[in-house]
Amino acid sequence: MKREGEVRIPSGCAISGIFSKKRRLFSGEMAIDSIRVMHDRSNGLGGGFAGYGIYPEYQEYFALHVLYDDRKAKVETEEFLEEHFDVINLSKIPTRKIHAIKDEPLIWRYFVEPLRTRLMESQLEEYEYTARCVMKVNLHIKGACIISSGKNMGVFKAMGYPEDVGEFYRLEDYKGYCWTAHGRYPTNTPGWWGGAHPFSLLDVSVVHNGEISSYDANRRFMEMFGYKCTLQTDTEVIAYMIDYFHRKQGLPLDKVASILAAPLWSTIDRMEEKQKREITYLRKNFSSALITGPFSILVGFEGGLMALNDRLKLRSLVVGEKDDMVYMGSEESAIRILENDFDKLTYPKGGVPYIVKLEDQQ
Amino acid sequence: MKVNYFQSEYEVLRDKDRCIDCGICITECANEVHLRDKKGKLLAIDSKCVNCHRCVATCPVNALKIVKNEYCFRENYSWSRHDITNIYRQAETGGVLLASMGTAKEYPIYWDKILINASQVTNPSIDPLREPMETRTFLGKKNNEIEFDNDGEIVINETPFIELATPIMFSAMSYGSISLNAHKALAMAAKDLDILYNCGEGGLHESLYPYGDHTIIQVASGRFGVHSGYLESGAAIEIKIGQGAKPGIGGHLTGAKINKEISKTRMIPEGFDAISPAPHHDIYSIEDLRQLVDVLKEATDYKKPIIVKVAAVHNISSIVSGIARSGADIIAIDGFRGGTGAAPLRIKDNVGIPIELALAACDQRLREEGIRDSVSLVVGGSIRHSADIIKAIALGADAVYIGTSALIALGCHMCRACSMGNCNWGIATQREELVERLNPELGRERLVNLISAWTVELKEMMGGMGINSIEALRGNRLMLRGIGLNEKELEVLGIKSAGE
Amino acid sequence: MKYIDAKDLHYKELNKLIRYEEDTHVTLTNVMGQRFIGCALEGKNIDITGIPGNALGACLNGGSIITVHNNCQDATGDTMDDGEIIVHGNSGDTAGYAMRGGKILIKESGGYRMGLHMKAYNERQPLMIVGNRVGSFCGEYLAGGTIIVLGYRENGNCPVGNFCGTGMYGGRIFLRSNELPKDLSPYIDASVATIEELESIREEVTSFCSLFDITNIDLDKDNFYILSQSKVNEYKKKYTTV
Repeated sequence: MKREGEVRIPSGCAISGIFSKKRRLFSGEMAIDSIRVMHDRSNGLGGGFAGYGIYPEYQEYFALHVLYDDRKAKVETEEFLEEHFDVINLSKIPTRKIHAIKDEPLIWRYFVEPLRTRLMESQLEEYEYTARCVMKVNLHIKGACIISSGKNMGVFKAMGYPEDVGEFYRLEDYKGYCWTAHGRYPTNTPGWWGGAHPFSLLDVSVVHNGEISSYDANRRFMEMFGYKCTLQTDTEVIAYMIDYFHRKQGLPLDKVASILAAPLWSTIDRMEEKQKREITYLRKNFSSALITGPFSILVGFEGGLMALNDRLKLRSLVVGEKDDMVYMGSEESAIRILENDFDKLTYPKGGVPYIVKLEDQQ
Repeated sequence: MKVNYFQSEYEVLRDKDRCIDCGICITECANEVHLRDKKGKLLAIDSKCVNCHRCVATCPVNALKIVKNEYCFRENYSWSRHDITNIYRQAETGGVLLASMGTAKEYPIYWDKILINASQVTNPSIDPLREPMETRTFLGKKNNEIEFDNDGEIVINETPFIELATPIMFSAMSYGSISLNAHKALAMAAKDLDILYNCGEGGLHESLYPYGDHTIIQVASGRFGVHSGYLESGAAIEIKIGQGAKPGIGGHLTGAKINKEISKTRMIPEGFDAISPAPHHDIYSIEDLRQLVDVLKEATDYKKPIIVKVAAVHNISSIVSGIARSGADIIAIDGFRGGTGAAPLRIKDNVGIPIELALAACDQRLREEGIRDSVSLVVGGSIRHSADIIKAIALGADAVYIGTSALIALGCHMCRACSMGNCNWGIATQREELVERLNPELGRERLVNLISAWTVELKEMMGGMGINSIEALRGNRLMLRGIGLNEKELEVLGIKSAGE
Repeated sequence: MKYIDAKDLHYKELNKLIRYEEDTHVTLTNVMGQRFIGCALEGKNIDITGIPGNALGACLNGGSIITVHNNCQDATGDTMDDGEIIVHGNSGDTAGYAMRGGKILIKESGGYRMGLHMKAYNERQPLMIVGNRVGSFCGEYLAGGTIIVLGYRENGNCPVGNFCGTGMYGGRIFLRSNELPKDLSPYIDASVATIEELESIREEVTSFCSLFDITNIDLDKDNFYILSQSKVNEYKKKYTTV
């Protein structure tokens, strides 16, 4: 049987996200509670979480979460890491044996910083350097998969229902200001844990619901810029596009959204002149990054969270705010379970991003 | 004793019971097939018939039929009837075999070995009747770097673009190879459809300057009709390096077709054969191409996109990559099944490669080099219908050029006798009485109908795939599967096999 | 008069300076290979010292005069419409490619394919005069206009290379020579120029000579040949339609 990456697997999904604008830390249990409500949107073939603000004591280091199929992959990867990074700390990621999660790979965590000499040699800044190293490991070291590589954040994912995955990873022990969760409904078994979501590169993590129809156009566009879409999933290519436009080109996220979910020409034609010129310019020049087909995504990033729907609004998404807390989910029940008394409840329009940021970072 | 080596290819059958002896067939046939004998009886000289169906279509009582002459040589797999008669022909005249339109030989048509995807369950198909479905297309050099000004605003670095309402353009056909009325129909239709037509290398007739915004003007090796007013008149400028039907060969317009108006438009003497040589004599190398691109940009103040048109030949992907690095904004690739007003038969039938393979190879190569967005790709040479267009775009084209299909819409019956100049449909001729038969207004309407219908079909197929904008189809090869292709062909096309 | 020092300027900058300069007379110094000088310009007078790059005066338009006080490179006057290009030296290849009006005057010699594809219509009659000699394929595919090669240092020897006028189907080529090219195509009519024919170029040749200080040309005494297209269709038997 082909494993994910060798074959493209369409999926349906459930997503949810929780965010504190005041940087109040809360445990991963809330995310588990939210995603559990949408159990029927997953089929037990993948679940995962991303937490932000969870490693304050190591916040200046890149936190690598790595899945290994076997010891050989671990040895090879650790050799590579030592050649390229100062490894400040390494440990097994603590897990709990539970009935629902089986056949776990070796799961390790490394806090690293690029080796100064290698970094200078490469003429890159540390984020680009680290991103390239991550992609190199995932592409070339068989049996190794770096699923998380940002600072002060981490991704936890596995085969199984998301609530079980959360229990397995003991998410109650982590406290963050932002959590996203994902329950997957793939048509085929992904064959390994790397196929579960969120998908993450550096501090950007994406959870996504829907199957996009523009996948290959987007993939072939991104591969021109050195990204390798090894998983063949929508989430992966969307994460790369966000990384490319936001981190590399410096485009603010709302503008990134107007490329990925560009307004229809008929809408653009009605815009006022300045906006029309700018959106036309972006759409014309980055037409290959337009995503068509249904999607709703939550994008976690350092200090913020963005929700975005496709421009025809083919997937469901709801956002509720209460005091400093923001809740996002595929279904209203997934956020009502956490808070029943919202100050504001929003159903984001197609193609219009909903972006929240830490108050101290605005 | 006179020996006739040539038996006519067709037989003209006249149903005597139906024929009312009106003689319309005589006046309609410029090849002088129909005539009356001394007693006034209608006859037909089969050997002059090119099978253009003009007489059939204009006979008021449907009394005429043209059938294949069953006359045959002894069967031989190696030696076809055409091989044998062409030898007779050359033995008699010493001439180079000349033919028109695209090759008629049985080469594989890859379009017909590619199947299109549709959505089922995992994502939705979209109903193009009610949901928005975008076909607006921009052609030109894209700017992949975003710049910000001091206020953090995005700097708008406009580069010259062509905007099309649908990704289809009429490809280059010169005034000379086709008639002024055909040109008028194409120009008016392009304007109505908000697309572009290409005036070809024969210059632009004065009466067509008002359609400039919908005109691509061409600069070919003969530089016919090229002057600054001409360069300024169009929406884009195309440098013609090659043509799919005759790669490595230039154009040759016979003196018979060079009447006063053509002589004036092209600025050449009336009645003498005009040659557009194989190469541009100022382009002997890729760096010279850059020079011509830059001349045209300088001459038009960097306001118009420059298209470079090449024929699909063996190392096309390297050639296209080189052109992309030479300042071209758009590259047009013409496949070997593309049409022509006249080309040496042996070249037409044997030189070049299919556009499907050329396109796939070029798109992939430009991506590997990271420069796919620095040019747009337009492909032509045997685009027969909307499904070919979907496949072309999914393989990586930005838009397509159509020539033959447009002429068929104008009434062409594919008799492939364009070079003779007696086109009974008023298309490939300069004889005034024949040109008059093509009503430009009617032609315009037929072209508008065709492209509108194709656009609806494009939208329906896109909707089926769950794609609501043409740019998300471009290069989206997962939407294609091959059938009956070997592994190498699948690899070159960059698509999976059906069932995979 | 406006002076522009072209040293270290890219052609795009230089040509922009020329295009948007209000003074109609511009003198360029230290030109070194910048291409497309005077491209599509109208009503400007440009003096050049140094070596102008390829495609000098391409698409040149009415009222413009470009004077080069040195040699010029390839493709000078490519597709020019009108105006004058005056070169006080040699020219590289393909000068006057498809020119359809105006004049190109070259004091010394020209390279290959001079005046290729020149075209004419009614009042638009391009003219190219070369003081000494030209390379092969001069006037290839000539469709109109006049090319005059004077051979002023050739002592009556033929001043053109091989294949002169090959494929010409219009226009005239005058050669000041005591002999015709040895390989002249059978589809070119060649004859000693008549008095009337010489009269038609007298004014131009006289002013060319005085412009460049050439004193050994005498239209009344020297032998001039004139080449024009033959009435026989070269291609009549080339094709047979399938």
